[in-house]
Amino acid sequence: MGIEDGAICPVPLPHTERIVMGHGSGGKMSHDLVARLFVPYFDNPVLRQGDDAGVVRLENGQRLAISTDSHVVKPLFFPGGDIGRLSICGTVNDVAMLGAAPAYLTAGFILEEGLEIDVLERVAASMQAAAQEAGVQIVAGDTKVVERGKGDGLYINTTGVGVIPPGCEISGAQARPGDVVILSGPIGDHGMAVLAARGDLGFEVDVQSDVAPLNKLIAAMLETGTVIHVLRDPTRGGLATTLNEIAMQSGVSILLEEGAIPVRPQVAAICEVLGFDPLYVANEGKLVAILPAQEAGRVLEVMRRTRYGEGAVQIGQVLADSPGRVLMKTRLGSTRVVDRLAGEMLPRIC
Amino acid sequence: MKYVEEYRDAHLVRGVIDEIRRRVTRPWVLMEICGGQTHAIIRHGLDQLLPPEIELVHGPGCPVCVTPLELIDKALAIASQPGVIFASYGDMLRVPGSGRDLFSVRAAGGDVRVVYSPLDALKIAQQNPEKQVVFFAIGFETTAPANVMSVMQARAVGLKNYSILVSHVRVPPAMQAILSAPHNRVQGFLLAGHVCAVMGYWEYPSLAIQYGVPMAVTGFEPLDLTQGILQTVRMLEEGRVEVENAYPRLVTFEGNRPAQQMIGQVFQERDRKWRGIGMIPNSGWGLRADFDEFNAEKRFDVQQIQPEESPLCIAGLVLQGLKKPHECTAFGVQCTPETPLGATMVSSEGACAAYYRYKRSV
Repeated sequence: MGIEDGAICPVPLPHTERIVMGHGSGGKMSHDLVARLFVPYFDNPVLRQGDDAGVVRLENGQRLAISTDSHVVKPLFFPGGDIGRLSICGTVNDVAMLGAAPAYLTAGFILEEGLEIDVLERVAASMQAAAQEAGVQIVAGDTKVVERGKGDGLYINTTGVGVIPPGCEISGAQARPGDVVILSGPIGDHGMAVLAARGDLGFEVDVQSDVAPLNKLIAAMLETGTVIHVLRDPTRGGLATTLNEIAMQSGVSILLEEGAIPVRPQVAAICEVLGFDPLYVANEGKLVAILPAQEAGRVLEVMRRTRYGEGAVQIGQVLADSPGRVLMKTRLGSTRVVDRLAGEMLPRIC
Repeated sequence: MKYVEEYRDAHLVRGVIDEIRRRVTRPWVLMEICGGQTHAIIRHGLDQLLPPEIELVHGPGCPVCVTPLELIDKALAIASQPGVIFASYGDMLRVPGSGRDLFSVRAAGGDVRVVYSPLDALKIAQQNPEKQVVFFAIGFETTAPANVMSVMQARAVGLKNYSILVSHVRVPPAMQAILSAPHNRVQGFLLAGHVCAVMGYWEYPSLAIQYGVPMAVTGFEPLDLTQGILQTVRMLEEGRVEVENAYPRLVTFEGNRPAQQMIGQVFQERDRKWRGIGMIPNSGWGLRADFDEFNAEKRFDVQQIQPEESPLCIAGLVLQGLKKPHECTAFGVQCTPETPLGATMVSSEGACAAYYRYKRSV
């Protein structure tokens, strides 16, 4: 790392030689891996948009949103959901975040030798229930089996497509100064539910994953005729990472109000014990919407009438200065930076 | 959240800060010892709310940051061996040794596991009798009781495949080193609340009197921190040199006596190297000789590993409170949490990481 002048410290470890867990965190390491390794090979205008789904234009002028997502969650079943429901909702939501109505999904299964058929059937039934709730169909699939010990029981990849309605220009790059930031409900439920389900915390926790299809919530928001600039689901890397991505894509800054961000007391409590910050914990049934301030009241009212948006609140605003930054006004009235997740989120020591 | 929100109450915190403002008549330099306190101060932006006369400098109280390079290299050597399960607190996986970290060892096939407690590592040892299980026992006085307990339990159940790699450090000798340095600027200390919960604060009055520096045992929430600052400022302004307890809901003068006794049975004081600072006499703990069978350094014959640290890194100056993180030319440019150049940027309790995460050009 040719560092010549000034007093500096030794040995940087950028992890460029092997994949480490941090590359899959959804934070900066994941982002850098994609930017440095995949983009140079796959680069094209669609990919360069950098949204949750790619948008392709058909010859008849229609625009199609396409997204794919692999699910490797452990354990396969957790309070509030399972890998099957997750695999449907994750992809439905990624497609829906561009304003598209998800219609069709494909599903690829990687099964480990020895997996109980009964487990697979429960997962399939859960996928069907989630697909029905979201109003999508699974129209193609694939099954592969790997040797015992070469997989974690079951991995699922899903791909989804949906048509974007004409005139709808929702993208992570559309946030404008003067907009407000809306969050559909409390954060951190999914990440903490899965962590607790692994059973190594040593205490019981009453937290359910929030995994849910959000396409109907989004359809209700769009039906108001409101201009929505950005929609994103803050999954891996949490709310902080998602907002940082939007701030960078749009070239704006985002100022959050610490006291306005909802966190369930039990989630806040586990985070306190383990030294996690709920801002970085994964969600699977929440969305962030960025839209003009004067529309906020109407949209919030509509969201709160839906099943997955009843906890919707305004949490911040979009500003023009220091582009790319996310800042937070603390409860005490001071201001601090909210960075994105760097690598893997690790519990603290003491 | 009950019993936490009360201590983050903006109205109460502002009241204490107003009182600090009323009391202060001249500049004072205070050091918070503990990395957890540094993070809380920066995360809540308390430093922005204090009167300009109060300068907070950040102490060496981050166990990850001060774990010496040679211990990291020993950990890497042990974790790379076949038949070993290496268990560690998560933070240690990212700390760079000479060219590698524990994440790299894991990616290359080593069995490195994150645990929340040494007792989890003990469980792993019981479940894997054919493997050698090594726990990376780092920390200040706070983590010592649990680490000691794991060794005592291993002996009680006759476990032959469990050992610990000890890198324990103690607060009072580090404070002595800071106070006796010729360029010391620290005029008052916020003592580390959790360390004192275990050890009490009977070790500190002699130190306070010897160097003429008042101290307050301080907690971790905004109200605790501002209260600790207020009490220290009050002593400074009144010319009193005492040790006060601003964290009485958790800390007593004697501390946790049974825990102290257990520590004394298993550990003994020894000289320790601190990363970026160097050797501090009697500043650490190691296993007593009659617990040699649980000493990973002896079981794996890694005592000859003794790498030299780069003399260029300013982490040592940061850890001693002589420099602020952003005074480093590499800060936030070449040195970020993903490409840490020093341990103070690696650890979530490190001062550089706190500045990077919460304080860049606010």
